[in-house]
Amino acid sequence: MPIYARIKKNLGTFRLDVEFEAGDCVTGLLGASGCGKSMTLGCIAGIVKPDEGLITVNGAVVFDSANGINLPPQRRRVGLLFQSYALFPNMTGEQNIKSVLALRGGWNLRERFGSLAEKFYISGLENHYPSNLSGGQKQRVALARIMASDPVSLMLDEPLSALDSYLRWQIEGELIRTIEDFPGATLYVSHNRDEVYRLCRDVCVMDEGRAEPVRTVRELFESPGTFASSLLCGCKNYSRARKSGDDTVQAIDWNVELKCGAAIPDDIGYVGVRAHHASLAADAGDENAFRCRVLLVIPDVSSAIVNVLPDGASEDADFSKIRVETPKDLAEDIKRGDSVTVTVKPEAVMLLRR
Amino acid sequence: MDWFPLWNSIRVAGISTVITFFAGICAAHYVSRTPKVVKGLLDCVITLPMVLPPTVVGFFLLKTIGPFGPIGSAVFSLFGFKMTMTWYSAVFATTVVSLPLMYRTARGTFESFDQTLVHSGRTLGMSDTFIFWRVVMPNCRQGILAGTVLSFARALGEYGATTMVTGYIPGRTATISTTVYQLWREGNDSAAYKWVWINLAISFIVLVSVNLLENSRSRPRRSAPANAVRS
Repeated sequence: MPIYARIKKNLGTFRLDVEFEAGDCVTGLLGASGCGKSMTLGCIAGIVKPDEGLITVNGAVVFDSANGINLPPQRRRVGLLFQSYALFPNMTGEQNIKSVLALRGGWNLRERFGSLAEKFYISGLENHYPSNLSGGQKQRVALARIMASDPVSLMLDEPLSALDSYLRWQIEGELIRTIEDFPGATLYVSHNRDEVYRLCRDVCVMDEGRAEPVRTVRELFESPGTFASSLLCGCKNYSRARKSGDDTVQAIDWNVELKCGAAIPDDIGYVGVRAHHASLAADAGDENAFRCRVLLVIPDVSSAIVNVLPDGASEDADFSKIRVETPKDLAEDIKRGDSVTVTVKPEAVMLLRR
Repeated sequence: MDWFPLWNSIRVAGISTVITFFAGICAAHYVSRTPKVVKGLLDCVITLPMVLPPTVVGFFLLKTIGPFGPIGSAVFSLFGFKMTMTWYSAVFATTVVSLPLMYRTARGTFESFDQTLVHSGRTLGMSDTFIFWRVVMPNCRQGILAGTVLSFARALGEYGATTMVTGYIPGRTATISTTVYQLWREGNDSAAYKWVWINLAISFIVLVSVNLLENSRSRPRRSAPANAVRS
């Protein structure tokens, strides 16, 4: 297993307690800010010392509290791309990269630098100091510098969040290329579900210092399984729920009974419905149809958003309102205060554990 | 005119600045990484000479490196030389008094230094020594330089502790500051004025040259500004 980490660390305000395995692919660590993602990377890279645990990188034990092993970062061969890129401000781009290349011997320094410069498109930027580079240029220099150290695995800490959004897609494209070319395991830390969806094959959701099991990104987005995962996947509508039959749940906050497309776990805590899975185009025979009052209609760029309240629900409860994303033409005649029928397909009801 | 005080002052200040430079950086580097309680204690001890009257520092020095002090008597019986009333005694006094200036400026600089640079250097395989001299020090240059200059200036102007451990022996221990005092006491104002002007000139030159150095170093040695993104 290219990266295995079991880490426990008490940080006063919260406890980091994670265990996961990442294969030879891109594994996303997805979680809200402050959930311990960066701390986990720090532990694997050797910058932070866990209280206890076991960390292996490419089969080599780099940290093992039981046997008193704690390799210094220099010997772990983990390339870590910092959010700020951490280029040395006193060195030019070329010096930044060459200072790392020279650690593995001074042979053919110019050629080795040349091939990295070509690969990461930094020709022409060699003599620039980091303060004169744009975010994307800094990232390319930083990635080249990491590759100069010949790492066996790669870890990227929110690599796109420091960039202007209008350039982000270009830089994301370059990043995808680098990650795809990299043969070892890659950990990609992000709080952005879209990035993880596009860049990662596997994903590990982290929540308040804990890690959920690693699964494929597809699995996560189709059936998040837990409330925390579902929040990170961008689902907008939730109701507390309890099992009420073999294929039905009672959505408590909405005060409706919903038929479900999948087996219902006994420990179900919530149901979730994505905004674009709730529909206003009701036919008489539809399952899971319930009457709602329209609270608000908001035209969006390419669709319309209609906030509704199920007739049986109390307006004061946190979860009672439902956000429906609908094609613009369907929302044209709808006004605040109207009564509408909302339908949810059984397979669109996400069953969530606490 | 006897130029000895000028030569002696510069010699003393120069040597003590070299000592202070390394001792201050080591102390700052060490203290900025120690846990809170130890840090507070060490910080107090090293900084104390800055707030104590120089005469009190001189008093303590006499009690330790003087002929009857524990260090002074031990050194005399082992190596056969006195630690007080010689030109190099002033080095001890000025080092103790100017160390806090170097230490505090360097510590402030180290503490505000972005540790991710150290971390990234380590993950890239650089040794801690390499990181310290090639990454930390160059990026802390301004603070280190400022501390060095302050220490030198303080050492050059030190009077209280110096006069207590070296006395005033013309041609042997006299510095500019002790000479000015001595000449004024003798009522030789015209000679005192000469040394006052010399001292002013030295201080002025030091400060101006530092400003020039700082400006030329901090001016970016860069090529044309980078465009936003590779097209």
